[in-house]
Amino acid sequence: MRYIHGFRDGAAAAALARSLAKRVDPSREYHLMEFCGGHTHAIFRYGVEDLLPANIHLVHGPGCPVCVMAVPRLDAAIELARQPNVTLVSYGDMLRVPGSRRRSLLKARAQGADVRMAYSALEAVEIAAAEPERQIVFFAIGFETTTPATAHVILEARRQGLSNFSVYCNHVVTPAAIQSILDSPEVREWGQVRVDGFIGPSHVSAVIGSAPYEFFAEEYQRPVVIAGFEPLDVMQAIEMLVQQLNAGRACVENQFTRGVTREGNRKAQALVAEVFELRPSLEWRGLGELPYSGLRIKSTYAEFDAERRFSLEVHPVAENAACQCPAIIRGVKKPTDCALFGTVCTPRDPIGSCMVSAEGACAAYYKYRRGITAQAL
Amino acid sequence: MCLAVPVRVAALLENQWIEIEVGGIHTRVSTALIDEVAVGDFVIVHAGFAIARLNIEEAERTLALFDEIAAHLRESSDALHPRLP
Repeated sequence: MRYIHGFRDGAAAAALARSLAKRVDPSREYHLMEFCGGHTHAIFRYGVEDLLPANIHLVHGPGCPVCVMAVPRLDAAIELARQPNVTLVSYGDMLRVPGSRRRSLLKARAQGADVRMAYSALEAVEIAAAEPERQIVFFAIGFETTTPATAHVILEARRQGLSNFSVYCNHVVTPAAIQSILDSPEVREWGQVRVDGFIGPSHVSAVIGSAPYEFFAEEYQRPVVIAGFEPLDVMQAIEMLVQQLNAGRACVENQFTRGVTREGNRKAQALVAEVFELRPSLEWRGLGELPYSGLRIKSTYAEFDAERRFSLEVHPVAENAACQCPAIIRGVKKPTDCALFGTVCTPRDPIGSCMVSAEGACAAYYKYRRGITAQAL
Repeated sequence: MCLAVPVRVAALLENQWIEIEVGGIHTRVSTALIDEVAVGDFVIVHAGFAIARLNIEEAERTLALFDEIAAHLRESSDALHPRLP
C-alpha cells in the first residue's frame, strides 16, 4: 500500500543517507535516543544504522510497555489468573514475559489457568457478556496509544451493566519516562549515557499530540522530532535532529505530519481523562519508582478496578541478577553487553522481558544483528 | 505494542464499527476513539481501534519530498558516488 511501502523506498533512503552525510558536522558526535521500541525495531529491520554517518549514535529508549512492567505487577496478574473463577484476558505481548521464578501467563495457562489472548480490548467485554458466571479481568498495559481503548471498554462495560468485568490497569505515560531519563544520574551526573536529542514516538503522539514534549525541549534543551515508524520517516527525523543540533536549537518538530497534530486526538484524551487519573508513583522495571508516571482507575469507576475488586497486592521479588534488562532499558548497556544474550536468554526461552517483546532491544538485536555481533565478538 | 498500521475504510458498519481490509483479510475495528469517517478514508489502526485519521495531503507531501530528494541526487553526478539505480 502506498502509505506504507512509499515510506520504505530504497532509492529515497540512499538519497537521504547521502544528504545526511553532507549535513553532519564531522567534528562532533550525535547521540540520539529513539524512545519507542517500535523505532528500535524499524531501525534494525531496515538496517537504518548502516546508512548513518559513523558519528551518529542511536541510543535505545524505554518505550516498550512489556519491558518496563515491574515484575511484581506481572506476578500479581499471574496470581490473579490462577484464581479458579477468573478469566484473564491479555494482549498477546504479555503471555510469554517471564515473571519471578520463571513463571509466565503462558505457563499458568498450561497449568490450567484461564488466560485468553485478545487483539482488541473490546473482546474482553464480549467475553464478559457471554460468560456472566465468570470474573473477566482485562490485563491492561501500554503507553498512551493503548490507554484510550481501555477507557472506552470500561465505559462500554458500564453501559452494558456488566458486573463481572474489571481491568487490571498498568498503563504508563510517556512524558514521565522521558523526564526520568533526563533526570537519571547516568545522564546528569555520571555521563554514562549521552542523549543530545530524541526521536519522538509516532502513535503515542497521535493521541497526546506534540505539545507535551515542548516542556523537555525547552527545559532540558534537547530537540525532539516526532517520527513515523517507517525507515524513511526515521531517517528524515534524524536529519531534522542533526539540523537542529547544528544550529543550536532545541524545539519540538513533527516529521509524522500525516498522523500527528500539535493537539492530538482530543476525543481519545477526553475518554482517558474521564476514566483514569495519575498514580502518585509507579514502579518501572529498570527505571525504579517514577512519580506520576502511571494511571489508575478513578474512584467513580472503582467497580471496574481489578486491584480493588481482588485486593491485589504487589510483593517485591528478586530478579535474575545476571539479566541486564534494567540497564538496557535505561540505555546504559547494549544487549550484547549481557552475558545471557543469545546463550541462556533467547526469544524462545527468554530470561528478561526485553528478549520477549516485539519492541524489546534484545529481541531486535537477536533477530536482526545476531550474525553480525557474533562475528564482531 | 504501539505498532499501528494505516488502512483504508472499506465499509461502515453499525455501532461505530468499520470494516477494513489488510493484505486480503477483512476485519472490523472500532471508531469509538475518533470522529466520523467515510468509506475511502485512511485510518491508523492499533489493537482493534482506529486512533487517528491519516492525513492524506500530508502523507502525499512527505512522499513528494522523498521523491524530490531522490531525483535531485540522481541528477547530481558525483565521481565518488555512482548514480543511483
